[in-house]
Amino acid sequence: MTEKELEILRIIEEDARIDFNTLAKMTNISEEEIEAILKKLEKKKVILNYSAVIDWSKVPQAEQVTAMIDVKVTPKRGVGFDEVAERIYRFSEVQALYLMSGAYDLQVVIEGKTMQEIARFVSEKLSSIDSVISTTTHFQLKKYKHDGIIFEEGEEDRRIVVTP
Amino acid sequence: MSQVNVKTKSRLSSRIQDIKPSGIRRFFDLASSMDNIISLGVGEPDFTTPWNIREASISSMERGFTAYSANAGVLELRQEITKYMYQRFDVDYDPETEVLVTVGASEAIDIGCRAILDPGDEVIIVEPGFVSYSPLVSMAGGVPVSVGTKIEDDFKVSAEQIRAAITEKTKALMISFPNNPTGAVMLKEDLQEIAALAEEHDLIVFSDEIYAELSYDNKHFSFAALEGMKERTILISGFSKAFAMTGWRLGFVMAPPDLLAAMLKLHQYSLMCAPTMAQYGALEALKSGMDDVERMMQSYKQRRGFFVESFAEMGLACHMPGGAFYAFPSIKATGLTSEEFAEKLLYEERVAVVPGNIFGVGGEGHIRCSYATSMENLQEATKRMNRFVSKYL
Repeated sequence: MTEKELEILRIIEEDARIDFNTLAKMTNISEEEIEAILKKLEKKKVILNYSAVIDWSKVPQAEQVTAMIDVKVTPKRGVGFDEVAERIYRFSEVQALYLMSGAYDLQVVIEGKTMQEIARFVSEKLSSIDSVISTTTHFQLKKYKHDGIIFEEGEEDRRIVVTP
Repeated sequence: MSQVNVKTKSRLSSRIQDIKPSGIRRFFDLASSMDNIISLGVGEPDFTTPWNIREASISSMERGFTAYSANAGVLELRQEITKYMYQRFDVDYDPETEVLVTVGASEAIDIGCRAILDPGDEVIIVEPGFVSYSPLVSMAGGVPVSVGTKIEDDFKVSAEQIRAAITEKTKALMISFPNNPTGAVMLKEDLQEIAALAEEHDLIVFSDEIYAELSYDNKHFSFAALEGMKERTILISGFSKAFAMTGWRLGFVMAPPDLLAAMLKLHQYSLMCAPTMAQYGALEALKSGMDDVERMMQSYKQRRGFFVESFAEMGLACHMPGGAFYAFPSIKATGLTSEEFAEKLLYEERVAVVPGNIFGVGGEGHIRCSYATSMENLQEATKRMNRFVSKYL
């Protein structure tokens, strides 16, 4: 990866909506080249998506519950954890799935409308997978910071307006 | 019996009366009286001090480190400072005898002047420059002599310009690169001819390198790193700009032992020591803050790119500042003076900038615009400035 590509990635990770003209001035790279770099990085699946970070707790009709589930599984000969991981991440309720070191094997992040919905997913779908040995479900109570963004911070500019 | 006429004798010293009130003050008053302004007038980072530094300072207080420190500063901090300065800028100082932790870089300028100046000694000050140099030289009994730099020279100063200002009374030279307000930088080869001149005329050189970490195109080169210059340099820096620690009031000065001992004498009588809790924050800054410095530097660099380019689109000449976080465009094309421009811009478009003339010789015809503010603010400010400037071009 080139320095230019890295710099562009770092900027759009913070603000994916930035326009090419501004980005060009900030990086001293031409708009055409920026477009080409983004195309290339999208094609190589370095950039997977451009999404918004939303605080759904502020949207009354979109109440939802997030749970992190620690899952212990028996890895299968030849495919290790990948096969069972795939069986799990294909469920649309699953927002994220990680293979972990430590006391358990997989961490599943799941979103649902209600606790019941998540309970149903765990008991009916997750636990019933053959290689799953056990599950421990933790419900998120409050989101303070997500993807590097602090949710409740209204940090205003406290500087005095003109200083030497 | 001697008679003192109490009616005519002023309560104030003539020295303080001779010092002009700060030009920035008037603009501050104007700008603070208005709402909804976008300020490009701020001479400090828009970042809050990184959390690990704040946390270290809080922890030092929790553990009860609330007493005076050594006059020169916490020894461990002085050791970290010398290590940092050696690794980053290739200057080698002894933490025991050649470093003093000050209350901001400003104190270092003050006690440096008071340590070396006798009444009438002249100090050549390269301008446009930081607003404190000239008053602090005067307060120390010295005579400030301005040498102005120009946009055509990228606001660098040449040895010839300095030579032309040297008299028998010249004792010292004051330089600061990267520069506030111009953003100018001087490379090793630029500094070399000045070093030769300092040698020739036996000058002490104040090198205020507070913006050293904010150098975007070339690595900063310290004046004290030039062959033979350490002996005659008062090297000033601090934590305010690089680590976003302006309110902590923590700087440092490095100088040969005789000069440092003299400054320490002043420092111990007037300040005793820099605030201890701030020193523990600074210690953490040096131990683990370099990634944050790099992150902030990159962010300024990107904003610089955006901002400086915008002046070209407005039709204002602006050199590419190599460091600090200021653009210093020429507004001569508008036919307005710096103060007129700044005042009208404030009233008509609610954008605060600082008129260049307050930074001394060479500043008239320019405005200082800080890009230490959010991209969102910069985009809106340039839009408004564009609209404003187009009325005069």
